[in-house]
Amino acid sequence: MGFALVAGIGIERATKVFARTTAIKGISLDIKDGEFMVLLGPSGCGKTTLLRCVAGLEHLDDGRITIGDRDVTDLAPRHRGIAMVFQSYAVFPHMTVEDNIGFGLRMHRRPKAEITRRVAEGAELLGLTSLLARYPAQLSGGQRQRVAVARALVMDAPVLLMDEPLSNLDALLRLQARADLKRLHKEVKRTTIYVTHDQVEAMSMGDRIAVMREGSIEQVGAPMEIYDRPASQFVGGFIGSPPMNFLRGSVRAGSFEGDGFAFPISRVPPKVDGRGLLLGVRAEHLRIGDQGVPARISVVEPLGDHALVTALVGKTPIKVQAPIDVRAKPDDDVRLAFDESKARWMDAETGAAL
Amino acid sequence: MRARAERFLPFALLLPAVAFLALLIVIPMIQALILAVIAEGGGFTLEHFERMAGDVNFSDAWRNTLLLLILIVPLQIVLALVMALLINSRFRGHGFFLYVYAIPLAISDLAAGILWLAVFTERGYLNSSLQGAGLIQQPILFLSFENLPGILTAIVVAESWRATAIVLLILIAGLQLIPRDFFEAADVFGAGRFRRTIHVVLPLLRPSLQSALIIRTIFAFQTFAVVFALAGRNMPVLAGEAYVWYAANRNEHLAAAYAVLLLGLTIVATVVYLRVLGLREAEVAR
Repeated sequence: MGFALVAGIGIERATKVFARTTAIKGISLDIKDGEFMVLLGPSGCGKTTLLRCVAGLEHLDDGRITIGDRDVTDLAPRHRGIAMVFQSYAVFPHMTVEDNIGFGLRMHRRPKAEITRRVAEGAELLGLTSLLARYPAQLSGGQRQRVAVARALVMDAPVLLMDEPLSNLDALLRLQARADLKRLHKEVKRTTIYVTHDQVEAMSMGDRIAVMREGSIEQVGAPMEIYDRPASQFVGGFIGSPPMNFLRGSVRAGSFEGDGFAFPISRVPPKVDGRGLLLGVRAEHLRIGDQGVPARISVVEPLGDHALVTALVGKTPIKVQAPIDVRAKPDDDVRLAFDESKARWMDAETGAAL
Repeated sequence: MRARAERFLPFALLLPAVAFLALLIVIPMIQALILAVIAEGGGFTLEHFERMAGDVNFSDAWRNTLLLLILIVPLQIVLALVMALLINSRFRGHGFFLYVYAIPLAISDLAAGILWLAVFTERGYLNSSLQGAGLIQQPILFLSFENLPGILTAIVVAESWRATAIVLLILIAGLQLIPRDFFEAADVFGAGRFRRTIHVVLPLLRPSLQSALIIRTIFAFQTFAVVFALAGRNMPVLAGEAYVWYAANRNEHLAAAYAVLLLGLTIVATVVYLRVLGLREAEVAR
């Protein structure tokens, strides 16, 4: 279609202001050729706005966007070399599945034979071959979603944008579609930006994840890097199920003290004595036993392969991932041990990791 | 007790509208049907229809009505569509244009006719403007019975001015029902403005276009007051003949025959629109 077949995406100081609020605040992000980049964040964090700016559906108020080596900041969507899957799918109700998949090719005036061939290929890839003559109203939600993906893929655009494409599917179908999308990405290797608020989706699909909050990127990195070393309290609390535990306190002479607790600690960041700190520990890094931090069990939730135990350290509820045969009962006094090398220290004021 | 009340609630809510329609539409319609087929002395007859068909003005009225329909309806639909697409593109100040376009809706059709009479008459605004600008020496007789194209143009202009707004409103409402995502998907997948309109917007607007066409065609069959104000008896139309036979000639049977003819034409046109523009069953969401 006249576009480079591979293209990275460069976002430089992108800023978008709506009537009263700044939706994205000077974001810079480089996405490599063929990379699957997930924009992850709670609703209202600006992730969809950023995606729409890359698509050209919104215009930047400041900054610039490049695709490959072209500056696309002022180009119309159709000249950017992108294809998109909309959250609502936006599959045209007045066209058959075949006409929907071929829509972009027809608009780009490709030869008839090529359209027929590529629509057939796209339908094959998404398992839609037997449905080509149907109208969208005759399809299930999952099938409609696949039509939207096929319509985007057959474009052979170097950049694929997806705006929460799985959020309208029921839970079971979502698992299946998630694996399908990941397989497709492996096969077609388009540079992809994928917007979601679901951290499991982000973790399982992304080559890298950009965690967004209030119009800025909080952290960019590979999924496990973000999971293991969150750059802030926000990221630690957003990623992981259950989210990371945080204990608020301060370090005095080798002891971490807070509201109703105090325990010795050996690995402490330098020069933090007396400062307000957060100690972040993930549930799976805590063990219930007879050594460590004193705690009282409040809730035990058996979840099949493990039990989720809530224990109070002082007044702070802490989630512990325990073996399913754990013998703890509510109101038991126990001790929680954890691997200090896996813990994260954060500034209590800013939430930033130290 | 409660379930029973809930079962009757929809009927109770529909009752006022049904009563209104029955009183003002259904009963007069049945009366007209009866009047049209009853002889002076009682008994069934078709003589009123025969007399109508043989009337000196009948073929003119028939031709003029169809002529106006063919000229006005497509013109209004196209005009309204362009205006609606313009307003829907949300340019700065689009709200102002919507209000300006909608003003004629508030004016009765007879008043609209008289207003345009003041423009087109021998000493009207148009002639004085043209004379003032030195473009013509003598006033042009736009509305003379010898100047059929002139009369026709004046009526088409007045009718378009008066009734395009109702089509516009229906189309704008229809456009706003189309989710924005469809417009954006068209943009992303390479349709320019024009092809987006042809391939995406117009097909999705089909239900509204259908309503607008039906309403406009019914109104066009009934065109009467504007024609009367501008052309008087120089330009007979079917609805006007019904009025003349009832009010001036005191023949309610013949007037009813004209009314029944109009009803028949309206039903035929509506059925055609529904058939041609209707959504295929497969397209309608479950």
